[in-house]
Amino acid sequence: MEKTIRKIFDKKHISRTISYLVVIGGFVAVQLLMNTVGIKSLFRSLLVPTCCYIVAALSLNLVVGVSGELSLGHAGFMSVGAFTGIIICGVLEPYLALNWLRLLIAIILGGVAAAIVGLLISIPVLKLQGDYLAIVTLAFCQIIKSLLNNIYLGIDSNGLHFSFIENRVSLIPGGKMLLSGPMGATATTRLATFTAGFLLILLSLLIIYNLTYSRYGRTIMAARDNRIAAESVGIHIRNTKMLAFVISACLAGMSGALFGLNYSTLQPAKFDFNLSILILVYVVLGGLGNITGTIIATLILYALPELLRGLQDYRMLIYSIILIVIMLITNNRKLKDKTDALIADIKARLPKKGSAAHD
Amino acid sequence: MTKLVQYPSGAYVLERDAYSTPVLETYHLGIDFGGLSAVNNFNIIVGPTEISGLIGPNGAGKTTVFNLLTKVYQPSKGTILVNGHDTSKMSTVDVNKAGVARTFQNIRLFDKMSVIDNVKVAMNNSMNYNPLHAIFRTPKYYKEEKRIHQKALELLDIFNMSDLAETTAGSLPYGAQRRLEIIRALATKPLLLLLDEPAAGMNPNETKELMETIRGIRDKFNIAIILIEHDMSLVMNICEGIAVLNYGRIIAKGTPKDIQNNPVVIEAYLGKPDQED
Repeated sequence: MEKTIRKIFDKKHISRTISYLVVIGGFVAVQLLMNTVGIKSLFRSLLVPTCCYIVAALSLNLVVGVSGELSLGHAGFMSVGAFTGIIICGVLEPYLALNWLRLLIAIILGGVAAAIVGLLISIPVLKLQGDYLAIVTLAFCQIIKSLLNNIYLGIDSNGLHFSFIENRVSLIPGGKMLLSGPMGATATTRLATFTAGFLLILLSLLIIYNLTYSRYGRTIMAARDNRIAAESVGIHIRNTKMLAFVISACLAGMSGALFGLNYSTLQPAKFDFNLSILILVYVVLGGLGNITGTIIATLILYALPELLRGLQDYRMLIYSIILIVIMLITNNRKLKDKTDALIADIKARLPKKGSAAHD
Repeated sequence: MTKLVQYPSGAYVLERDAYSTPVLETYHLGIDFGGLSAVNNFNIIVGPTEISGLIGPNGAGKTTVFNLLTKVYQPSKGTILVNGHDTSKMSTVDVNKAGVARTFQNIRLFDKMSVIDNVKVAMNNSMNYNPLHAIFRTPKYYKEEKRIHQKALELLDIFNMSDLAETTAGSLPYGAQRRLEIIRALATKPLLLLLDEPAAGMNPNETKELMETIRGIRDKFNIAIILIEHDMSLVMNICEGIAVLNYGRIIAKGTPKDIQNNPVVIEAYLGKPDQED
């Protein structure tokens, strides 16, 4: 027991402890607020998407931060997860009354579908590096969007009906369209809950941290730090990067499934290039490879446009300016040195256990 | 004094290694870069317990030979056998698994990782658990991690570096970085260790210490070592066989004594005597 406690507050793992504390603390605070004072419905509607974006940003951090490859197609994996989740829920609805179980199955299968797509994409993508890889992932995101824009899928008592490009799905009465091309999903039962989002964040933290502090994390980081040296000690670069890529896609798919089931209508165009960039901004601002930073950056940057709603037309202008300022400040060497010095100073002033008696 | 015996192919090998499978054989090895031949007709045989030196003036193609042996470059001609196995279809990773490990002329550590993690990365292929064990932290994960931690510490301890285990590799002093690179290479359990200018940037004392270390590695791990080095006192002291490379070709092979007195070698390093006046 004592060993476990010491391990939790170990210097090496302190950032992990902080991440968990931030997430659990946030959840408890929101729950308390909801049950006592109550929160505006506007903010309540933001809770689930926030959780989804946090998970998506965390998963992208695994590729961009830990594995060191720039991917611009993350929204594609969310999209695959979202529409897989929506279809699964639509199909299971008549058979499974338990909402949470349907949501759980949808999230798992959404993750699996995205992981499979991620695996297929990673085969050509990981032959490339740097800018080339970024552009190819971007193209894949576009392909996924275009495909989903042209899928018509309906369900009735005879089973599933599918057509591509043109809507040729004719359903007998009582049937339901699951996907209708560019309109996307139009009549989804909203199953997503804040608790599910919270649990999904915990799961992704667990996966990412446990993977990072294992032989896989070591090889992924070694492949990032020095490719030639990693190969010279027998590390398969492509397999290593593939693992990071597929797990990242899986988590993004799960977050997508939760996201998709939070809205009654969802269009494939929602998961476009802009969304990929948005998530990338969260990761870059939070610090590459920094998990707590990613969570906090997502919270602030996602909430900011909503908090600025009062400014109406100037909203996005101010948001962009704030983004520029934050980027400049966080990358300021002088400022960073000063804060580091300040932290060191505070640490030095704190009474130490042994020396306290002499003061 | 060590004695060399000649193989039918013309290559030399130590007498004590003459009847065991050589750890490395190359036949007519060569590579062209856009028509320019950087290494040509390179033939050597290295016995399983030999310390051999690869020397030559700057730009002779020594590091290129190492890059060929480890398949960083694919040879244009010739064959390489590692412990009797043909490596023509192998990648850098496979060659390492077959038993060749190396260090680099310009140090290539995993700078942001700790010293012990650098060693653990190299031990990765001897670990035995899959991603699910890692994610769900099964007993197998803990058992394997504990085992590898112990092994990495033991290896660091041999080189008096276990105190630095948690230090970031990039912040180590120069000499320690060179040592860590050797340790990392040894962690892959090689049969043949390639050292690319291990004494570069070291003072005479450190070089002397390094000499003992290299000999110690051979005796303790019972492996073959090839080293590229410009420090002649080091080469002549510890190498049992030496190959001299100039313009991508071997111009002389033999024991340190043979090489020291070889007029072709002296010419390659100093130029022709009649040009001096």
